[in-house]
Amino acid sequence: MLSLIGKRLMFAVPSLIGVVIVTFLLTRALPGDPAAYFAGPAATTEAVEQIRKKLGFDRPLIEQFIRYTNDLAHGDLGTSLTTGQPVATEIRNRLPASAELTLLGLIISVAIALPLGVLAATRPGSWIDHLCRVTTTAGVSLPVFFTGLVLVYVFYFLLGWSPAPLGRLDVFYSAPPTVTGFYLIDALIERDFEAFRSALSQLILPAATLAIFSLAPIARMTRASMLSVLASDFVRTARASGLAPGKVIVTYAFRNALLPVITTLSMVFSFLLGANVLVEKVFAWPGIGSYAVEALISSDFAPVQGFVLTMAVMYVVLNLLIDILYGVIDPRVRLEG
Amino acid sequence: MKRRDFLKSVSGLAAGTMVSAPAIFSPAKADARSETLLIVSEGGPNNLDIHGVGTNVPGYEVSWNCYDRLITHEMKSGPGGVPYYDRDKIKGELAEDMNLGDMSVTFKLKKNAKFHDGAPVTAKDVKWSLDRAVSVGGFPTFQMSAGSLTKPEQFVIVDDYTVRVDFLKKDKLTIPDLAVIVPCVVNSELVKRSASEKDPWGLEYTKQQTAGSGAYKVTKWTAGTEVVMERNDAWVGGPVPKIRRVIWRMVPQAGNRRALLERGDADISYELPNKDFQEMKAESKLNVVSLPFSNGIQYIGMNVTKPPFDNLKVRQAVAYALPYQKIMDAVLFGLANPMFGAPADKPTEVGWPQAHKYFTDMEKAKALMAEAGYANSIETTLSFDLNFAQVNEPLCVLVQESLGQIGIKCTINKVPGANWRTELTKKEMPLFTNVFSGWLDYPEYFFYWCYHGNNSIFNTMSYKSPEMDRLIDGARESAATGDTAAYDKDVKGFVDLAFSDIPRIPLYQPFVNVAMQKNISGYQYWFHRRLDYRSLVKA
Repeated sequence: MLSLIGKRLMFAVPSLIGVVIVTFLLTRALPGDPAAYFAGPAATTEAVEQIRKKLGFDRPLIEQFIRYTNDLAHGDLGTSLTTGQPVATEIRNRLPASAELTLLGLIISVAIALPLGVLAATRPGSWIDHLCRVTTTAGVSLPVFFTGLVLVYVFYFLLGWSPAPLGRLDVFYSAPPTVTGFYLIDALIERDFEAFRSALSQLILPAATLAIFSLAPIARMTRASMLSVLASDFVRTARASGLAPGKVIVTYAFRNALLPVITTLSMVFSFLLGANVLVEKVFAWPGIGSYAVEALISSDFAPVQGFVLTMAVMYVVLNLLIDILYGVIDPRVRLEG
Repeated sequence: MKRRDFLKSVSGLAAGTMVSAPAIFSPAKADARSETLLIVSEGGPNNLDIHGVGTNVPGYEVSWNCYDRLITHEMKSGPGGVPYYDRDKIKGELAEDMNLGDMSVTFKLKKNAKFHDGAPVTAKDVKWSLDRAVSVGGFPTFQMSAGSLTKPEQFVIVDDYTVRVDFLKKDKLTIPDLAVIVPCVVNSELVKRSASEKDPWGLEYTKQQTAGSGAYKVTKWTAGTEVVMERNDAWVGGPVPKIRRVIWRMVPQAGNRRALLERGDADISYELPNKDFQEMKAESKLNVVSLPFSNGIQYIGMNVTKPPFDNLKVRQAVAYALPYQKIMDAVLFGLANPMFGAPADKPTEVGWPQAHKYFTDMEKAKALMAEAGYANSIETTLSFDLNFAQVNEPLCVLVQESLGQIGIKCTINKVPGANWRTELTKKEMPLFTNVFSGWLDYPEYFFYWCYHGNNSIFNTMSYKSPEMDRLIDGARESAATGDTAAYDKDVKGFVDLAFSDIPRIPLYQPFVNVAMQKNISGYQYWFHRRLDYRSLVKA
């Protein structure tokens, strides 16, 4: 197992180096002049030049790159010009917000999609199969920001059940002391149930939006994979041996059907981190997605580079986890590895 | 689950609800709400100090409320009875007395004025702050120079509580320029402690925290998310404000900002689409204040150095082809002052902005195009700034359609906000729309930046005319010496010339729109168009 992890990490190094180089060049190739942008609406040409010099953008590209990698090696991702804060701090503060939202969305989605997919596969053509088809089609064809706005309109504006879409906590609550950065967990650690409730009620709508969006691939994949496993010889044998239907489906069929579902899950998770951007915009969520987009709009290099790099690292870790999970679920993978 | 665990978890849950339930409805929280102002807007500050590198406009709002200046403006009754800053009446903020001499002005400071950390505000703080404003470079230094304030030697400490500002030359804009946001007074001892060789003015420190003597101080700032400000009870710049705490949240989605207002969760919002403001006005559940930008105009500019717009007849044809009224109705929903179609016999006023005499007349426009020798169609691009796409995009589509009818085929060029400044500086866009508005509300100030042959970045048309320069310079001079007759003649002269040469076609004077709950009062319009929390009251 350890050698597997080591090998996977070794493979990740070249891709990370590639990401560093490509993001650096890409951000430099973006249209727009950050110096002119940050000199403000009333700046003279000299003022723009002064700012360019202050930011170091008057240096040759290779020198900028060396300085950037050197800073990177010291854990310094640079400073954002739009928010004025160090990028590393910002990402550290904002990543938990995005992760908490995405994970909760994914958990809700899995909790609905897996049973739905299994039921649809065991009773093909029944009403539950049609329900599965309709929900997944609807979920995947509605754009996230639209679902988000509709949910806000109905549950906040019309019904008033949901709190104001103002980010992670009600304006008048203060955040629990940071342990994990996940408000739900931190509030529980602190035994601050009031904050927990507030954080949870703020989370429900955006998490539901993400869940609706990600329902489709998981449910469809579960259904398809279950169908093929249920048609296989060993299931027929198990049934012929007189095992209880529940035992056949859960213990034998489902476990074998899980591998492709796990692969889909990892894809959906990375996909959700991207879809997050729009959800974060709609719900004023202080996550990294909206941070990166704002930086991109104002040609703010450092956060964009920091964001892409963080994402790359997360993908590497995620893929590693999935590989390990494969081994846990399916001993064959472990033996081959 | 074991029975014992189950019991434990149930009692834990019960305890949880018992603790949380009363706290949510506690009177303390309700009190906090009534003394707190919740503002929602699209963007937030990137720097709390206006002297910082690249401080954005929301940052100006923080500076305005958290720092004091020597002097500020009185209020007068503006359009619709809304208090509007009085350009011509100055009062003291940190200064209790202002003595204007021939070539200098002397300020006596209020002796009881204190910074947020309790240190007294003294003459050396004032000098250090003004020195800082003229030395840091970038926008603050530029703004100071607009009032002929350029050298640290101009600011002289007379005694602990007296400062003199010497004039380099006579300039009517010097005193108003001391009342804008930039010349704010900073706690010099506090900031100097954090200054370094690389950062002699302590900009890194003031970027993150406020170090002023103003009515509010920032207690928490999460960039891009929220700013929390508490009242400074020891403020002496004016009557102590009514609002104890200001929470300013960034809500990027305009629809949600409106929902928050209509549900009564947010107190004030601005930066909403005109259509929303129009609807909210009609529903009258909220107070909506719409006031014209002082000294501001949205216009169509034409690059006069390049064909076809180097030809006066073509420019006039465009001025007769623009769909002015359609823009007012369909893009702005009436929330702007028209700047077109003045009656032919209306005499030119001594003032700015004022309407020109062009109006939509396609036949006349076509005839002018034929006269100019452009009977066949010509192609060009029409550029706009994507940061303000909400207005600019429909506006440009209407313009594109109208100009198509007189044979000018436009391709619309959407320029990303980050790139817009660069494009303006290059001065290569043939046709574009833009807004300019000056903090200092004087016609010659506007014309100096937008029409003068020294070709500043705002002379986006690259317009050069010796006659125009003579009139603008003349007006500046006579304003400084107080020669009203000459001043009036020159102002009328340059307005007339701008309309007859028509390198840029004014469309309308935009409105600042602010929506607030009915129980909020005391809104004041300032030249910087941001909120002044100090006068707001929540009933």
